[in-house]
Amino acid sequence: MDWLDLIVVVLVALILTGAMATLLLENMLGAAVASALVSLGVSVFFVLLRAPDVALTEAAVGAGLGGLLLALAAKRLGLWRIEVQQEEKQS
Amino acid sequence: MKRYGTLIFASGLAFLLFVMFAALPLGAPPMTVGHAILDQAASQVGAANIVTSVVLAYRGIDTLGELSILFAAASAVGLIMGHARHDKPAGAPGGFILRAGVDLLYPLILMVGFYIILHGHLTPGGGFQGGVALAAAIILAVLARPGDLPSHAALSWVEGLAGAGFIATGLAALAYGHAFLTPLLTGERLGALVSAGTLPVLYIAVGLKVGAELASLLSRFTEEAAQ
Amino acid sequence: MSDFSLIALLGCAIGLIGIGFAGLVLGRNLFRIVLALSIAEAGANLLLILVGFRYGGIAPILEPGRTVANMVDPVPQAMVLTAIVIGVGVQALALALAIRARNAYGTLDMRLLRERMESDIDRAAGTTPDTSRQAPAGTRPLPPPLLAKREPLS
Repeated sequence: MDWLDLIVVVLVALILTGAMATLLLENMLGAAVASALVSLGVSVFFVLLRAPDVALTEAAVGAGLGGLLLALAAKRLGLWRIEVQQEEKQS
Repeated sequence: MKRYGTLIFASGLAFLLFVMFAALPLGAPPMTVGHAILDQAASQVGAANIVTSVVLAYRGIDTLGELSILFAAASAVGLIMGHARHDKPAGAPGGFILRAGVDLLYPLILMVGFYIILHGHLTPGGGFQGGVALAAAIILAVLARPGDLPSHAALSWVEGLAGAGFIATGLAALAYGHAFLTPLLTGERLGALVSAGTLPVLYIAVGLKVGAELASLLSRFTEEAAQ
Repeated sequence: MSDFSLIALLGCAIGLIGIGFAGLVLGRNLFRIVLALSIAEAGANLLLILVGFRYGGIAPILEPGRTVANMVDPVPQAMVLTAIVIGVGVQALALALAIRARNAYGTLDMRLLRERMESDIDRAAGTTPDTSRQAPAGTRPLPPPLLAKREPLS
């Protein structure tokens, strides 16, 4: 098992942990960041699988634009932590 | 009860998929279509990036379908989120680092986006990636100064004209007797910037359309809805 | 890339699909359901690119020194390019619908959302809203206990 296999195994563990964290984290913003982490790890795998075009698209669209979309939507849904506390105080 | 049933079903589905895909020749695929395309792409289309020639020349209709899906999603988001309310005060502007950084980086990011779009037929990249970079530049400017929204009318004009340009370039191939979206003027000068005929033109149209669409979509999320 | 790496990548892709699917069915919050959908899509895209890989392959880009001899399959890469962009479009539309649902019903919890939507529909259609399954029976007789002996039907 050479160093490339080791890198692949570490990245697989990281991606699966990020996927579980997306489903299990209480904080919605943390779940959005974990989903961006999964996209980033998958784009590294695309580079290792000799697909640079797809890796560029996944990093830009999945991690970058998708993460931005989730953060903006979380702000509109009131899922940022500070605003949730203020809303609970008001209601 | 539902939780255990779902976990058993998900693990059964994962096992089924694993068994199915492990039976495939994973490191040595037969690649019947792939070999044919790889052998003929350089002479038929003339783009150095073979994935670009597959996306725009061999499977151009799929790219047109993808553009229509993005257009449907972006206009549906525009319909759902409603118009911006201009009487409400905008959010707080971003901090000093964000404003200064955006002032410096906005033209650079636009340039990188256009570079990626224009070199899509030579290096990895192309219309979609470059369009995302353009949209990211515009939305960074909105995040730094929340009151300074891009004009939705201008963005939809750019998007409409770019989409029409894509279809017009495809229809121009009909005028020469080929099928719709066949690349014209191909085969000369593999590897130069001006090569592969109408492929850079198609990717410029795709990049502008995707960039304008995503910028309009993202700025809808930062506005207050009129309802 | 050896055999072991490819099996590990296959396991990762299918694990992502399984985790995404489980999150989709078991999600309590609408936002988490959208997140689970995007995870499942990432897993499916990884699976497609994995199938097109060859040992000792190089990226499908022609350069002056390269031949077509060892390139990986370009067709799944083109398909996945389309799929990634479509995935983000679907995600944007789902989030916009979630924002409108929360503005209309005040919550993102799936059970509360379902109850409020159904009572809204019942009120608009003119029928009486259904009582919740968890509410006590009121004046209705309770159903017979499961393990009691029943009389034969004949």
